Amino acid sequence: MSEHIVQRKVYFAIFGALMVFTALTVLAAFQDLDRFFPGANTVLALTIAVIKATLVVLFFMHVRYSSRLIWVIVVAGIFWLGIMFVFTVSDYLTRPSGLSP
Amino acid sequence: MAVSHVEGHSAQTALAHHFDNMEQQREAGSIGMWVFLVQEIMFFGALFLAYSIFRAKFPEAFAAASNHLDIKLGAINTVVLIVSSLTMALAVYYAQVGHRRMQVIFLTITLLLGLTFLGIKAIEYREKYVDNLIPGSLIAGHPFNPNLEELRLPANASVHNVEMFYWIYFAMTGLHALHMIIGVGILAYLIFQARKGRYTPEYHSPVEISGLYWHFVDIVWIFLFPLLYLLGRHIGGGH
Repeated sequence: MSEHIVQRKVYFAIFGALMVFTALTVLAAFQDLDRFFPGANTVLALTIAVIKATLVVLFFMHVRYSSRLIWVIVVAGIFWLGIMFVFTVSDYLTRPSGLSP
Repeated sequence: MAVSHVEGHSAQTALAHHFDNMEQQREAGSIGMWVFLVQEIMFFGALFLAYSIFRAKFPEAFAAASNHLDIKLGAINTVVLIVSSLTMALAVYYAQVGHRRMQVIFLTITLLLGLTFLGIKAIEYREKYVDNLIPGSLIAGHPFNPNLEELRLPANASVHNVEMFYWIYFAMTGLHALHMIIGVGILAYLIFQARKGRYTPEYHSPVEISGLYWHFVDIVWIFLFPLLYLLGRHIGGGH
């Protein structure tokens, strides 16, 4: 398997998508979305950030075109990050005082 | 395969003796950088986790402190970094196809955008210094002493938790800026080598893996911007 050269138009398309998502996240931040459900603003902001990061990883960082071994390393990194978050937050949420001070 | 006969390295000399072929060598370089980046994910992740928990514990104070950040400068810096990721990706592309002049041009634009980001960050830090928002007594004779009316802090929120926000704000953006400074140094080295024709379609792993690093630093900012600047805007309004 030789090196895959990503065409420039792919980079420009991803760049355009990143710009659109950036504008979207700034506009959404000023709208009161919490009337739909508490924390809706936070959920939307983080969802957009995850989409942007995924685009950068898959295309700018060439993971979409990389070997299985690189996929495993990337997924393992995200998985371990997930362990750190889930276990820590579950600890806080199951204490009598919860997350309140 | 067109090998540059002028001053480029042929596949023969670019291959280190402990690798079977160029493909294996290239892959090993990328894997090395990815393992390093996974370690970076873990330590930035710990900071993001700490920030999330404190933000959930002290929502009013963190929202007030967050709303005091300059959203315009934050948004401009987000755009600057995304453009720099595009130019870095193009620099890698021109290294892959062996277009030396364009490679040097795009590496240089990326470096300049990195410096632009750091300059804007410096302006933001200066504003925080002027507003006495540097936490603790990091700077002698300039302790943390915010203008409470300007902060519009709700009665149930403590100014000490605003200070906590600024501790973690400076820790996260400071570490990110340090990564940018290192990235700018790497780019300067790449430009120096690329001008000499060091990178060819056969051998350009340094450009490729430096690109991975640069994009990763961009991703960190993609999360820092909404978390630090945007959350809570809809409550407190903007400045």
